[in-house]
Amino acid sequence: MASRDDIKFLSNPNIGQNKHKFCRFKKYGIKYIDYKDPEFLKQFLNEQGKILPRRITGNSLKYQRRVSTAIKRARHLGLLPYVTDLLK
Amino acid sequence: MRQYEVTFVVDPRLSGDEVKTAVDTYVDLLKKEGSNIVHIDEMGLKELAYSINRRDSGYYFSVEFQNETGAFMEKVELSFRRDERILRFLTVKLDKYGVKYNEDKRNGLIGKRKEEEAGDEAKAETPAEKTKDKAGA
Repeated sequence: MASRDDIKFLSNPNIGQNKHKFCRFKKYGIKYIDYKDPEFLKQFLNEQGKILPRRITGNSLKYQRRVSTAIKRARHLGLLPYVTDLLK
Repeated sequence: MRQYEVTFVVDPRLSGDEVKTAVDTYVDLLKKEGSNIVHIDEMGLKELAYSINRRDSGYYFSVEFQNETGAFMEKVELSFRRDERILRFLTVKLDKYGVKYNEDKRNGLIGKRKEEEAGDEAKAETPAEKTKDKAGA
């Protein structure tokens, strides 16, 4: 039988805490996303090298599109992997 | 005048001189087509994220140039494709922000900004950078 302690975290304890998300490009006035800078672009990838959704990064649609283009360009040039494990 | 940027990866097994001649070939080719070379950025030997033609690293070069039209790039790209020394290439037309970004990068302004980006927390910006951002807007 599961004890009370085990079932404590079955639901996400952070639900209901509205954490404020923002688009960093808008906030800091970044207008151009460099595809030659893989270290910066890695912030928008998960461990398998997939592009993170807007839901998580908080980017505005305009900049999410630009981030994804930049990532795809970097992948073509061999700066970022298409598929991998343990990227971070 | 439109500004373009072509980035390409040169085979790492070539000697230093051979790499240089490979780059010069393309710079000359661009010049011959009447473009004005703005800057040649040598990004150096870098590890590839995945192997290309059984190579695990490559010399990265990025050439920024101005031309009235990009139509002649078809010719240049054809020679890139035929050239075995070139692992990858990519041509991009820069918008005004891209031009400004590259200029700032050459003047050493970008590194500071990148630190700010990397620090995810909303750090207080220095007033100097704020004005710069406003100017860019």
